[in-house]
Amino acid sequence: MTLFLRVFLALVVLSCVACGGSTGSTETAPAPAAVVTNPVDAATAGSLKGSIKLEGTPPPSQTINRRSDPYCEQQGEAKTQNFVVSDGGLQNVFVYVKDGLGDLKFPVPTTPLVLDQKGCTYAPRVFGIQVGQPLEILNSDETLHNIHALPANNREFNRGQALKGLKSTHVFTTAEVMVPFKCDVHNWMNAWVGVLNHPFYAVSGPAGAFDIQNLPPGTYTIEAWHEKLGTQTQMVTIGPKETKELSFTFKL
Amino acid sequence: MLLHLYAVLVALSTAVLIFAGGLVTSTGSGLSVPDWPTTYGWFMFTFPLDKMVGGIRFEHTHRLIASAVGFLILVLAVWLRLAEPRRWVRQLGYIALGAVITQGILGGITVLWYLPDPISIAHASLAQLVFCLTISIALTTSPGWKRAYSGRGPAPDDRVLQAIATATTGLIYLQIIVGATMRHTDAGLAIPDFPFAFGHLLPPTWDAKIAVHYAHRVGALVVTLFAIATTGHVFFHHRTRPELWRPSALLILLIALQITLGALTVLSHKHYIVNSLHVVTGASVLATSLVLTLRARRSRFEKFAGSSKQDPAYGLPMDVRRAGPLGPADPIGSARGRA
Repeated sequence: MTLFLRVFLALVVLSCVACGGSTGSTETAPAPAAVVTNPVDAATAGSLKGSIKLEGTPPPSQTINRRSDPYCEQQGEAKTQNFVVSDGGLQNVFVYVKDGLGDLKFPVPTTPLVLDQKGCTYAPRVFGIQVGQPLEILNSDETLHNIHALPANNREFNRGQALKGLKSTHVFTTAEVMVPFKCDVHNWMNAWVGVLNHPFYAVSGPAGAFDIQNLPPGTYTIEAWHEKLGTQTQMVTIGPKETKELSFTFKL
Repeated sequence: MLLHLYAVLVALSTAVLIFAGGLVTSTGSGLSVPDWPTTYGWFMFTFPLDKMVGGIRFEHTHRLIASAVGFLILVLAVWLRLAEPRRWVRQLGYIALGAVITQGILGGITVLWYLPDPISIAHASLAQLVFCLTISIALTTSPGWKRAYSGRGPAPDDRVLQAIATATTGLIYLQIIVGATMRHTDAGLAIPDFPFAFGHLLPPTWDAKIAVHYAHRVGALVVTLFAIATTGHVFFHHRTRPELWRPSALLILLIALQITLGALTVLSHKHYIVNSLHVVTGASVLATSLVLTLRARRSRFEKFAGSSKQDPAYGLPMDVRRAGPLGPADPIGSARGRA
């Protein structure tokens, strides 16, 4: 029995130490030092505009069963949003400069970007953020949510927000496209964030339109990401003060 | 007798806990409560009922049942300490208590570390050991065990049965670990059809998930063959021993049910109720095989207990036991008095 007790006590001590470490690991990472210089010359900067098209008929949206939380059910009927299509344009596609910026460093916004939990859905569903930029996670619902990020390169975190109005802030430390979010309380809640070292990204809106402004002249690899359809890339060269049109077509 | 009934209650509550744990995994609710041992900052037992929504219903209920089972096992260990004359049975109580506490800590760690597969698999596997310990205590405190099932003559010392039953129990436990690995690595639908694998006997393509899933199916076949062999041996050689043929028959029935539930789990795309029933039925298969194994080895416990100076209740003739201070039906008292 003495041996058994010793082994058991050792396990308990180890577990306590381990738990302490884990608690600390979910804290917000320190923001990297902001770069003050902006390498974009307004006199020569160009832009990239375009649209995302969808070929084929997407599966019809399904009504989400939200009876597991009476509050969510009271918010009205909710439909799946995997394919939001209007006039052949695909919404919620993250478009960004994947390559071509070299070693340029860009200012990091200090204004927090807000990810809201409202009506038992995430708003926005797809968005971009820069490394070092604060992400404010807000609970606007009168029910509990847990915000669970599942990155591959950044630090995973899972925080509970039991009351309406609660906020927590997180700062990503590494570029990563895309970082999924989910709520384990409400398994229909999903969101994705593209974390980048630069501000050249956009999310396609209604009719699939996107617009990336203030791009330095150069040749870039542009990638478009969709939560179900994966990624597509294209090369584009932008001259001084030039506005290029670019179109991506996803097929079902 | 009261102690035995209580031990049975503890074993049943442990089975309920395993089912509740299965529901947590099957509904993907393991991280719906991000903190531990608190629940969204509340002390676990004061968490408001109206906030039990979505995945929290499964995760928090699992924690509450686990706490209750932990308390029941604590009481069981203390009761055994006070009333049980056999040292090794008392030690089973201590081990069960240590195991259930370790199990709780593992459950907490797996939440705080975001469900790492090894910890989650260890949590699932240790749960089965806790169940086995409570089953063992319930069995060894039963009147039948204490009588050494002597109603139809002395308990048989069949080495073949002992070996094959032990092997079957070990294989079932191994199969449960493979199943836990499959669950926690999200390989439950890696092979989407049943009874074939992508329409073939052997999967045409392989990856880690398909391998784990296929190993679980092959494991089911191996376990079934061993269970049939064990049951066949019992019915051929020990048909007059109800303490052996009853668990043998139950084992076959439970395995048939378990295979059906496994197939339904795949065909229903892991419906959470079916999936959780598959988990708890697996535990029942293990428990039944363990009971059969222990009963098959009962005569060896007799020798083991008879050699212990601190456990005089074992191996004593019934007439000596009847001399206990509380009268004829007091084997424990008689043992203590003698000690």
